[in-house]
Amino acid sequence: MQSKKLGWLLLSPTLFILGLFGIFPFIYVLWVSFHEWNPFAANPEKLFNWAANYRKLVFDAQFLASLGVTLAFVFFAVVSEVVIGYILAQAFMKDFPGKAFFRTIHTLPLIMAPIIVGSIWKLMTTPSIGIIPHLLKNFGIDLNIGQSAIAAFCITVIMDIWHWTPLVTLSLIAALVSLPADPFEQAQIDGANKRQIFWHITLPMIRPALIATVFIRLMDAMRTVDEVLMLTGGGPGSATRYVGVHIYKEVFPKTNYGYGSAISVIVLYLTIVICWLLYTSLIAPRNKRG
Amino acid sequence: MKRSNPWLAVALWTLISFLTLFPIYWLFVISVKPAVDLFSTPDVLLTSIDWQNYIKVMNDSTLRGYMMNSLIISTGNAVLVTTLGFLACYALTRFDLAGKESVFFWTITNRMAPPAVFLLPLYLLLTQVYVIGDFKLADTHLGMILVYCTFNLPFAIWTLRPTLDGIPKELDEAAFVDGASAWQVISVVIFPLARPGLAVTLILTWVFAWNEYLLAATLTNFNARTLTTGLSEYVTTTGTEWGIMAAISVFTLIPALIVFGMVQKHIVAGLTFGAVKG
Repeated sequence: MQSKKLGWLLLSPTLFILGLFGIFPFIYVLWVSFHEWNPFAANPEKLFNWAANYRKLVFDAQFLASLGVTLAFVFFAVVSEVVIGYILAQAFMKDFPGKAFFRTIHTLPLIMAPIIVGSIWKLMTTPSIGIIPHLLKNFGIDLNIGQSAIAAFCITVIMDIWHWTPLVTLSLIAALVSLPADPFEQAQIDGANKRQIFWHITLPMIRPALIATVFIRLMDAMRTVDEVLMLTGGGPGSATRYVGVHIYKEVFPKTNYGYGSAISVIVLYLTIVICWLLYTSLIAPRNKRG
Repeated sequence: MKRSNPWLAVALWTLISFLTLFPIYWLFVISVKPAVDLFSTPDVLLTSIDWQNYIKVMNDSTLRGYMMNSLIISTGNAVLVTTLGFLACYALTRFDLAGKESVFFWTITNRMAPPAVFLLPLYLLLTQVYVIGDFKLADTHLGMILVYCTFNLPFAIWTLRPTLDGIPKELDEAAFVDGASAWQVISVVIFPLARPGLAVTLILTWVFAWNEYLLAATLTNFNARTLTTGLSEYVTTTGTEWGIMAAISVFTLIPALIVFGMVQKHIVAGLTFGAVKG
């Protein structure tokens, strides 16, 4: 009907900008990652060094430790969010006064800047000004996220739960609302108990929505940086030095751009692989069956 | 649907609302506490309100500059991505372009990448490669507006596509038959119909740009530094000005809260990329 040229013309600014700031950076970083390059060293030139950066990376204990804590963080945060989110969504199915109001309040953290969330939780948990250490003192617990690795880890997980559970709750509410009532009534008539109904009817029916939610949360949790940077700065030690924080803290101060590029490439590669595996094993087969 | 007692649900949701609101309330408490009271026993109730920290923030010319930069960058970026997203979606929904679904998917993948892996390449490109004479994109408003396209442009395309799909193609065909040019069709026929979708996209992309921290912290030094990066400048190893930090946080929070009131319904669909439509 219309000339295809016009179509591509309308798309071209988008493709141009995303190419310049989305794709080209990765081609460039891939190229740099095969070089020894530190602009502030005695020799500021790029030296091609094959895969030396990658070889170094495999034995980099700090990087591996950071991958490990990232996985632990993602696991605890996402599992808690799904469990809490499901319980809240299920409770939301009943009729009670003020539903819309409660849901509005619950949505609030979603729109907040991660850096603000980090700052809020810093004000909540820093000893001497925070309310949480103060309250815990009454129970004889001394919470100090500046010193205790496990406390810092737990607080980052709790912060993530506070920030992102609403997303899980709201998408599960949407899924539960759209379910037909018949199978549940039939199951009750047939004498199924609550647990049977959950495992055999509710879960299979909300599965697509559940998987999509978990998928989004996994990807987002893996990229967490701002709030943790603000709350703990990756410490104490490297207890909360998640991959993103590691790149920020490690690459820029050391100006070792060749090695930093290799880290960026590997993290991107791991993210793509994990997402691809999840996508093909969980989402794609469902779509095929329709 | 179920006959069981709703009061359990009410109790649960009341508790959750309290847990959601309390940290925000605490931020406000710290921001209006007189500096002398800060390190006394933490008190849950507000005993006195002291606007000192807010006055300090307003009178700080550096922070005012940061606030201005944030406004310029978020507004510029939101307008740019909404416009480009609108044109791109028009092309994607109206033209039979070879490989357009791949193009669409590729734009989305730009947003999935962890922002941390963008840091070093963008830093190197903006300071060393995208340089014209003496002009570097790093630490300029234009540079940040363009960089923020990496996450906001895919978002705009993703949220605008259903809007444009929903506008019947017969409308533009009829206009073309009447002899309208492509530009007239887009501006006179399509634009008014797409306006609600464009407004939501504009508002949400504005908030995402306003909230961004990591790229701004890496790619700006002074000229284009934003409010969120100003916030982290008050956290130092020697000591943190808690009251000021809380006041800046409130300043950063306010636009998000206003926006929240305006587009509350659309937030979930937006944040989840519409993947969880239930």
